Amino acid sequence: MVKTIAQAGLAVNENLVIKRNRITNPNMGLTGKKRVCIVTGTHGDELEGQYVCAKLAGYLSENSSALDGIVDIYPALNPLGIDSITRGIPMFDLDMNRIFPGTSEGTMAECIAADIISDIKGADICIDIHSSNIYLKEIPQVRINEISADELVPYAKMLNIDYIWVHSAATVLESTLAYSLNELGTKTLVVEMGVGMRITKEYCDQLFDGILNLLKNVGVWNGKTKPVREPILSTDHDVDFINSSAAGIFVPCVDHWVDIEKGAHIGDVLDPATGRVEEYVTAPCAGKIFTLREFPVVYGGSLIARILGGKNNA
Amino acid sequence: MRKCTLYSIESPYREPLDVLGYKFGSGEKSICVVGAMRGNEVQQMYVCSQIIKELQRIESYGRIADGCEIMVVPCVNYYSMNIGKRFWTMDNTDINRMFPGYSLGETTQRIADGLFEQLRGYKFGIQFASFYQPGDFLTHVKLMHTGFTDPEKMRDFGLPYAFVREPRPYDTTTLNYNWQIWETNAFSFFLNSTDNIDERSAVDAVDSVIRFMTRQGIIKGSGKGGYLTEIISEKDVVQIHSNIAGIYIPKVNAGDRFSKGDQLCEIFDPMEGEVISQVKAPFDGIVFFRYNRPLEFENSVIFKLIRR
Repeated sequence: MVKTIAQAGLAVNENLVIKRNRITNPNMGLTGKKRVCIVTGTHGDELEGQYVCAKLAGYLSENSSALDGIVDIYPALNPLGIDSITRGIPMFDLDMNRIFPGTSEGTMAECIAADIISDIKGADICIDIHSSNIYLKEIPQVRINEISADELVPYAKMLNIDYIWVHSAATVLESTLAYSLNELGTKTLVVEMGVGMRITKEYCDQLFDGILNLLKNVGVWNGKTKPVREPILSTDHDVDFINSSAAGIFVPCVDHWVDIEKGAHIGDVLDPATGRVEEYVTAPCAGKIFTLREFPVVYGGSLIARILGGKNNA
Repeated sequence: MRKCTLYSIESPYREPLDVLGYKFGSGEKSICVVGAMRGNEVQQMYVCSQIIKELQRIESYGRIADGCEIMVVPCVNYYSMNIGKRFWTMDNTDINRMFPGYSLGETTQRIADGLFEQLRGYKFGIQFASFYQPGDFLTHVKLMHTGFTDPEKMRDFGLPYAFVREPRPYDTTTLNYNWQIWETNAFSFFLNSTDNIDERSAVDAVDSVIRFMTRQGIIKGSGKGGYLTEIISEKDVVQIHSNIAGIYIPKVNAGDRFSKGDQLCEIFDPMEGEVISQVKAPFDGIVFFRYNRPLEFENSVIFKLIRR
């Protein structure tokens, strides 16, 4: 059942509407049942989650007799952003994932954020699906704040992703949806995958299988599932960043998520006017490229790749 | 006056971005003033340019105190200013959310790092900031209360109001916050406009900054004039939200005094032209902030009012 969970009037003849689709087994009561929330569309230029939600909503609705709990799907937390290919909230120039938990006393965006939190909190699990931005392509991964790692890593492993990145705590991230929900006791996993403004069907299908697996493991789904892959955990490996040293266009000569040796040629930064190679980019370590630049224009400092290195000694 | 390049970065398609600093006097790093960090902060840049002009005059009279160095950075992100964007040209990130910066990080992290290297170590720091929501402020100075900078120092600007605000998580990557972490007494100076030049307000802002420098002994002189500043905090400011969306016509300006029951704005149905809401003042007070765009959403903060 699709329901409006937050709403605010726009200036001319329109409302900003945040919707939720609740999918349940119509032949079963809901008392005492677990609830899992699938959330996406906080950043308007991240569209991978749109397909995951569509596929999940269609499949679960058709097979609702196998549900033993509640699945709430929130396909677009920032509908105006998605509609206008705007990362933030249009008119506010504001990153929506920096205003949580919001407040009913605040601006329109903060009121909406508070309504979203209010609707999700109390769920057993929340999966917040992000794409990468338009600049970088990411393999399917879950990112977890180190303060929640013990609790969340077991659930992340159910999601059929390739990689779990446990990152250090940063104060600025306390304004995210995931942090706010975890603070309120709703276990929330942040998925990152693919690239901005695109749908990578292969990755979406992979995550779809993972979500069904998680639903089964927490007792919300009795239907079919597929075996899931064992993700690599960042805490067991070194992560190296490659940032451009020159300005120009980056042209890669390796594929995403492949094994490379230390010193391997990753690509070139070229001067488009002269064709001169401004930077010959090589791998600082052996490992797998899990982030690769998609948008070609680079400045000094632009992220080109991240490499998951060998086993660390930690 | 010495003009120097504080940080430079190459671009694939444009001339290098050279962040310029203007230094006056020599000796202890006494005060640093930073203007436009974002591409729409035109008034902030303009005020800094006028401060530079005034400091040149003051320097020519030998009135910079011995052993004191002043630096003014009028514009950091002129790349965005030249193409009409608020944030960084390519990835839309905000340089003022990247401090203290990271020399091996993304482009705006590197700019922040290179810049902060130069801005660090001053005894006082003033940043001409802007609010994320479009609107006009009563010109004031704001302190992000980290416990380092003494709020009483804000009285030396001689503005009618000074504002103390508790930092939020997203503030921890701003210049103001990091200045204080690195032991600079830091203030954010909010002007009444951002995208447009207001000459009268700019003159007042320049006077206020020069007064502050004088009262710290950085510029020789009496440092007289100005207001007896009232220091306020978030609890003293009442936000007024619109109860309905539509075309918004304000009836008061930032800085105006009003009485309880005075009309603050009207909201019109954008299709049929009827007045659909009139917002009345809930008490006697002063307009601290006024939203200034013609279209407004339901629940928008359209005014911030100080009780009188």
